[in-house]
Amino acid sequence: MLHRRAVVSRLLHERGKLLVVAGLGSTAWDITAAGDSPLSFPLWGAMGQAAMIGLGLALAQPERAVLVITGDGEMLMGLGALATVGVQQPRNLSVVVIDNERYGETGMQATHTAHGIDLAGVARACRFKHASTVTDEAGVDALRALVHKNEGPTFAAVKVAAEKLPLVLPPLDGVVLKDRFRTALLGRA
Amino acid sequence: MQPDWPAEVHQELKKAGVRVVGYVPDAGHRRLIELCQADAAMRAVPLTTEEEGIGLAAGAWLGGAKSVVLMQSSGVGNIVNVLGMMKTCRLPLVLLVTMRGEQGEFNSWQVPMGENTAKVLETMGVAVRQAGEPQTVAAHVRAALRIAFEAQGAEAVLIAQRVIGIKSFQEQANAS
Repeated sequence: MLHRRAVVSRLLHERGKLLVVAGLGSTAWDITAAGDSPLSFPLWGAMGQAAMIGLGLALAQPERAVLVITGDGEMLMGLGALATVGVQQPRNLSVVVIDNERYGETGMQATHTAHGIDLAGVARACRFKHASTVTDEAGVDALRALVHKNEGPTFAAVKVAAEKLPLVLPPLDGVVLKDRFRTALLGRA
Repeated sequence: MQPDWPAEVHQELKKAGVRVVGYVPDAGHRRLIELCQADAAMRAVPLTTEEEGIGLAAGAWLGGAKSVVLMQSSGVGNIVNVLGMMKTCRLPLVLLVTMRGEQGEFNSWQVPMGENTAKVLETMGVAVRQAGEPQTVAAHVRAALRIAFEAQGAEAVLIAQRVIGIKSFQEQANAS
């Protein structure tokens, strides 16, 4: 069984110029545990919008690889975004769901994916160029390579253990998160 | 002669350098959507729900692109929670909202949201500009674009139902 912190650290290994958006909750803590960066935008709210923020970023920066890392509950709240991404076909956008089949921040209640709902199948039907369910380390390494290739849109649901981990919190101030991201990317806030 | 407000608004978007236009279709926005789709400098992005437009606008700005979101007043009800992100992060936002549920409305189900569109936006920290006449729409849009992108404001221009002028299913059918 894969473990979420190891998966996210592997995905972000030598991330280079990668732009990262993380959905609220566990995935925001995961990317921070892997090493905070000004080119990461961890969400503390706006549940359901991580993929759309990634799309806006990918359209604004078509030469830069954009990686959205989010949870299954967060993705399920905005499934329509997969259809919207499918229409736009951004080559530089990857959406990776860290799928523990649980709402981890609210008491580990089962999400729809615990009942066999297939997010990679939804993404495939929404014309993602690559869409897979990843269950082993080799799959994570292949996904990491794909994220940097700009041959998307790419989607993966990475199945991970349902575990409650110590919080590793990113900055909370939204203006700080926005300004540091734009300054690092554009040279101005 | 009536001013061609969709063409004027499209020119304002061009002058401001707007590159991304998210939209949920509305009959009142039909012409503006077509002008944006036909503009090679703009990316028109159809959305499944208005909420997606807020995420799109946030991401576009993080990447250095200006955007606007087009929707009908009923769609304002779909964006309330995510407006909190725009306020907390002081992300610029320009909403162009065509009104339903005002004078001439034939569908009573549109009335509750139409009557409360401005209140809902203001409650969530979005400044509201009422464009009640065709000749005032472009000026309101120009002001909204300037404040949003120069002062990181959240702005909405409400385009009155009498500006759009669609009053019945029959007229809508004839217009298409």
